[in-house]
This record gives sequence, C-alpha cells and structure tokens, in this order.
Amino acid sequence: MAYNDKVLDHYENPRNVGSLDKNDPSVGTGMVGAPACGDVMKLQIRVDEQGIIADAKFKTFGCGSAIASSSLVTEWLKGKNLDEALAIKNQQIADELALPPVKIHCSVLAEDAIKTAISDYRSKQK
Amino acid sequence: MKKPIYMDYQATTPMDPRVLAEMLPWFVEKFGNPASRSHAYGWEAEQAVEKARTQVATLLNADPREIVFTSGATESNNLAIQGVARFYQDKGRHIITPVTEHKAVLDTCRNLEAEGFTVTYLPVKEDGLVDLQQLAEAITAETILVSVMAGNNEIGVVQPLEEIGRLCRQKKVLFHCDAAQGVGKIALDVEAMQIDLLSISGHKIYGPKGVGALYVRRRPRVRLKPIIHGGGHERGMRSGTLPTPLLVGLGSACALAGEEMQAENQRLLSLRQRLLDGILSRLTHVHVNGSLQHRLAGNLNLSFGFVEGESMMMAIKDVAVSSGSACTSASLEPSYVLRALGVSEEQAHTSIRFGLGRFTTIEEIDFTANLVVEAVNRLREMSPLWEMVQDGIDIASIQWASHH
Repeated sequence: MAYNDKVLDHYENPRNVGSLDKNDPSVGTGMVGAPACGDVMKLQIRVDEQGIIADAKFKTFGCGSAIASSSLVTEWLKGKNLDEALAIKNQQIADELALPPVKIHCSVLAEDAIKTAISDYRSKQK
Repeated sequence: MKKPIYMDYQATTPMDPRVLAEMLPWFVEKFGNPASRSHAYGWEAEQAVEKARTQVATLLNADPREIVFTSGATESNNLAIQGVARFYQDKGRHIITPVTEHKAVLDTCRNLEAEGFTVTYLPVKEDGLVDLQQLAEAITAETILVSVMAGNNEIGVVQPLEEIGRLCRQKKVLFHCDAAQGVGKIALDVEAMQIDLLSISGHKIYGPKGVGALYVRRRPRVRLKPIIHGGGHERGMRSGTLPTPLLVGLGSACALAGEEMQAENQRLLSLRQRLLDGILSRLTHVHVNGSLQHRLAGNLNLSFGFVEGESMMMAIKDVAVSSGSACTSASLEPSYVLRALGVSEEQAHTSIRFGLGRFTTIEEIDFTANLVVEAVNRLREMSPLWEMVQDGIDIASIQWASHH
C-alpha cells in the first residue's frame, strides 16, 4: 500500500513528539488503544489560565497512519479552547490525511485520545 | 547499491540471469507443443521438457516419471491434498496438518471439511517445530494424509521431515510436503525422508513465476484424482499444454540450486549472522521468532519490542521486507504463524521478516543493520510503551481497553 503525502509528511516529520508532566494540574493526559491491537496513543495537553490549550504533545506506538493522526491533532489542538477541541471529529482527521477505510480506526483513536486527555484535565480541576 | 534493497526472498526471488538465458530460445524460435508427436517442433520441445523433468527429479533424488508439472506450489498443494483425499476417501477421511502451514494447504483442507473430511490442525512447539509425539497421537485408523511443510515462509523453521516420513510410513499414512520454501535451500531426498508427495515452486528458487511441480511417488504407487481435466497430460494427473519455456526455467533453476546449495547456504548463514549481530549488539528488546537452529539460512524473523511493524517498514523503506503486523494485512489480525508459536499479539505486531538470498551482498547487510538500529531508536523515542518501560512500568500489568 502506498502512503498519502500528508501521512508521510507527518510520519517523517512528526510534530510535537514528547511528554508533559502528567502530575502537573494544568496537564491532561489521554492514553488510548492497546499493545495487542497494534496501537497505543498517548496525547497530552497543557491548558493555560484562559482555558486555551497552550501546548500538546504525543507519543504513539502504531502504524504510520496512527502516528500521523496523533501528530495532526497536536497541531490542531494548540490555540483551541476545550469545547472547540472536543468538537474535533475523527472524520475530519481521516479526511485531512485521506485515510483509506482500513485505517479509519486510527482517526477514531485520535479522537478518543483528545476526549480522554480533556476529561483527565477536567477531573484535575475539581 | 540499488534501493530499495530487496530483502524479501521468501516472498519471491528474482530470476537468475542464467535461468533466463536458458529459457529465451523456447519462446519464439523453438515454440513447439511438446505434445505434438508428428513433427520436429514437437520433438525438440518434448526433449527440453524431459530434460527439465530430470533436473527437477535429480534435486529430490526422485525418478523423472514421478514429476508432474503444475502452475506453481499452490496448485501442487491443491492437487496433492484434494487428489489424495478424493482418491482414498473410502480408506478414510481424516487429514492432519500443522496450524503454521501456508494458506495454500490450510485453505485446501478447510474446503475438504465442507466435503465431509475431518482435519486435525496440529499445534506446534514454541520454536515452531512439530511435536512428533503429538503427531503420532493424532494419527488414527481414519487418517489418510499428513501434510507438513519443509520450511516455513514466515519464520523459516525447517520441520523434521525424516522423522515425520518414518512415522507416516510406519503408520501407513501418506506424507505430503509443501517444499515451496525448502527445495534448493535444504537437501531434500524423497527416499531418505520417505516423502510421498512434494510441492515445488519455480519463483522461490530463482526460476520463473507461474510454474511448479508435484512429486508423486511411484513405488509404492500414490494415486491422485486430478483437479484439472482435459487432454490427459502428465499421465492424466494434470491436463494442459506444457509451458516449455517455464519448464526449462524450472529445470535450470533446480540444477543451479543443486550445484550451489552448499556454498550458498554457507554464505547466507554468515550474512544472516552479521545482520543479527549488527542489530543485537546495538539494540535491546529484540526477539528472534522461531528456532534459529532449525531454520532456512536465508530467513530471519525479528520482533522489535515497542515498535509497531508497519511504522518500522516505513522507517526502513530503503529495504524491502515484510511484517507479521496486522496493519499490513487486510484482516487486521496479526500473523497466525507467530500466534501459533505462542508469540503475544503485541509482539506479533512488532515483527519483521528479513529474507536473504542469492544476490544479497555484505554491503546490503551492513546498510540494513544500520538503518534498522537508527529506525528502532527513533520510533522508540516516539513510543509511549518504550517510555513506560524506561520508567520501570510493567506493560503487561496494565488493563488496556480493547478496541481493535
């Protein structure tokens, strides 16, 4: 299977690889997927005092499309407030990267990662 | 160095130029039908076909009259298994085959189940080898056929054919061997190994695609019900005009393999060791899948912990390899061969098959080892699992939400 240029670009030059301190109250962490399924995504966001996502980092174990999906969402998340972030749908990710049907689950996983990270952040604010 | 470097010799091999040279006159100039008995065009073609038949037989220590030409190992497997099952069904309707066989064997057996045959899919040991005790126990009075491959296409594991042959002969059960990955790579002797039927492929041994053969024992005679009907070619076992150029190619490929096997295996073993050393000396958490001792010289199947196989192949795209990862298959299931060895799903997702062959060079091996080390380090930096391992977290202890 040949890869789409956008997937290749994110795969070869992944944006925002890394980790934030998961114990920091302004950081939300989402870890989704399972090693047995062949993909695990860790997505982290740092939310500033205005409620805007100031930073986003990821680490992904998975195929090129999974890496590209997580790299792409870290770019999209920065500068958004949490409601805007929650509005990101897997279909947008799949469309942007032109994922074939067999790779749609990668975009679903990325959407899940956003939701899990935000929910982790919100639980820390209580 | 030509890129991508070809390191997928278990998928297919390039034709040896010496084989091609032998084939060329048989396309345009000497085009006769070997079945034409009435003129010189037919006679010369028949002579070429019979020479090829002898070349194939010689490599197996068989008689030329025991060689049936086919379109490839898939057809040979179908003919052997279906042919025996349908011919001997009054004697019994039970077949035994290991779970790690090629789909050409497994799917043929599955289809026979629909015809009322019973199939035992034999588990294998952790190293990929058949347990002889278990095989002996699986044979019943109903068993007519045992089908075990010579070398495995994914992990290169070589089965104890001589022991299996002895057991089958002793229990009066026919023994078929899918030797698509064994012919020309390991010494095969149908007499010493007491093999009754053996499948051969042209394109795995530097011969042309679209041609193969089936060895069918004459003494004691093994009978088959044909699956392709027509003019009664190949002593009624496989009809269809014989493709002279392809057969000349197959014969020539067998002759070369026989002459060069020993030297080639020595060379491949040292190249494989160099590749393995180059990787293991610089990376941790690398696992060899399948027995390293009982293995085709040109096969190395490695799992790189915490690095998914498809992303690994993208990272080493200058080397053409294949992976047991689900992401490379349509089914989204990781390799059934690795799973049968008890390799975890997680580890199966991280496997890469390196296939070395006749044209692999030492420069290519060194280039590949360096590229692999670089890629694994880069992808581990990006892997949340690797990060957890560095932090001392036991990944197996985590409750992962399953999603597939």
